[in-house]
Amino acid sequence: MNTKMNDKEIRRELKMYIEENMEVFDENIDLRDNDNIFEKGFVSSIFAMRLLAFIESTFKTEIKDEDINLANFSSIDNIVRMLEK
Amino acid sequence: MINDKEDILQKTADYMERYVRSQVNKMEAQESFSLAIIQDMAQMGLLGASLPKEYGGLELDPLTYGRLTEVIGKVSSTARTLLTVHTSLVGETLARYGNEGQKEKYLRDICRGSKIACFALTEPENGTDAATIKTSYEKKEQVYILNGHKRWISLAGIADLMLVMAVNCTDNKKMSAFLVDRKAPGIEVTPVTGLLAARDAYISEIRFKNVEIPADNLLCKEGEGFAFVANTALFYGRYSIAWGGLATAQAALEEMVTYARKRKQFGKRIGEFQLIQGIIGDAVAQITAARSLCISAGEMRVKGQEDAVMQTNIAKYITSRISVQICADAVQVLGGNGCCSCYPVERLFRESKILEIIEGTSQIQQVMLANYGMRKFYKRENTGV
Repeated sequence: MNTKMNDKEIRRELKMYIEENMEVFDENIDLRDNDNIFEKGFVSSIFAMRLLAFIESTFKTEIKDEDINLANFSSIDNIVRMLEK
Repeated sequence: MINDKEDILQKTADYMERYVRSQVNKMEAQESFSLAIIQDMAQMGLLGASLPKEYGGLELDPLTYGRLTEVIGKVSSTARTLLTVHTSLVGETLARYGNEGQKEKYLRDICRGSKIACFALTEPENGTDAATIKTSYEKKEQVYILNGHKRWISLAGIADLMLVMAVNCTDNKKMSAFLVDRKAPGIEVTPVTGLLAARDAYISEIRFKNVEIPADNLLCKEGEGFAFVANTALFYGRYSIAWGGLATAQAALEEMVTYARKRKQFGKRIGEFQLIQGIIGDAVAQITAARSLCISAGEMRVKGQEDAVMQTNIAKYITSRISVQICADAVQVLGGNGCCSCYPVERLFRESKILEIIEGTSQIQQVMLANYGMRKFYKRENTGV
């Protein structure tokens, strides 16, 4: 990963992006870092490839083929874990 | 093979005008696009236009590739389909998600045109609701066994390679993508006839009956076929269709302008009548706006921006919609002549409608754009933003 962002900044960027793209319009939803965004219905699986593109362009990284699976993109925690590998 | 990108665009335009245009009606009537033209396109490098050079592609940047799609689509929508399906939906997706062995094995053939590829997602009962397809696979030792039925698959009639989406037979939430050799036993391809347009695009049904697929032919990971492979493929395809819509609209505009400047009624050229000018003025404005959208989507892709996905959805939605409008207007300007196949607008009128359906209907684009807009343009209380 080439980004100079720290863990906190990465999490903030991810949270903002996911919140901006949620498919539910309840203002009171509080997205937590360990929330499974697909299982909770915040986004559909169609969003996964956009999230992948966002991560690659924002954090200047290329996600490895072996890491491309929905589980790695299902929560902020999992994304950060994947990026830290 | 041609090199400089402007040279590629010019030589392609010349080839399409000089060699392909005169054959378009005949190919449609015979319901078979010329295999010689496909080979010519391959020799010019066009079938690998957007694919990496290391596998024999031209590696055009997305914007130039979009312009190339327009150049080709202005003359023949089936030639454009080759780019949309063979090069983008399959080639680009394979370049994105394929492992080295798969790229080495298939991408070279795709660029050379020695294998024609099709993308098999849609089924008789599943169009827009693509996540619930029925074609299924079962893992058995070193092979996957594929069973099912696909429909409306462009180029399937001549395809050597099929990118097939199927769900796990015990867990239909698990969709996977497979590279399937047409020669595999158990595959039956039946042409679909009686189509509104794209009659020479070898659109077919495919039936898979206990087709054995080597485990190595799984594209991306098992279970990631919908979230990543199909959606990425459709993104690439949608980008191509956006430019294809622009191509059809531009071709219709040129036809109606040329006609309006020559055709005389009431002692005047019809282009001198303000009602005709209104139609032409609207078409010019709509095409200019749609072109800006396509260019901006292309530039976003060049820069690797994530929002290229949504911009592409917008571009596809708009260009296909204006294409239908402008092609219908072109028929109106040509009057009775516009209803005859001796003028291209009759065909463009039919072809434009297809663009509002393929690679995501206009209605599903509206839903996606609404979801996007409902978030992006919401004014939160007390914040003013």
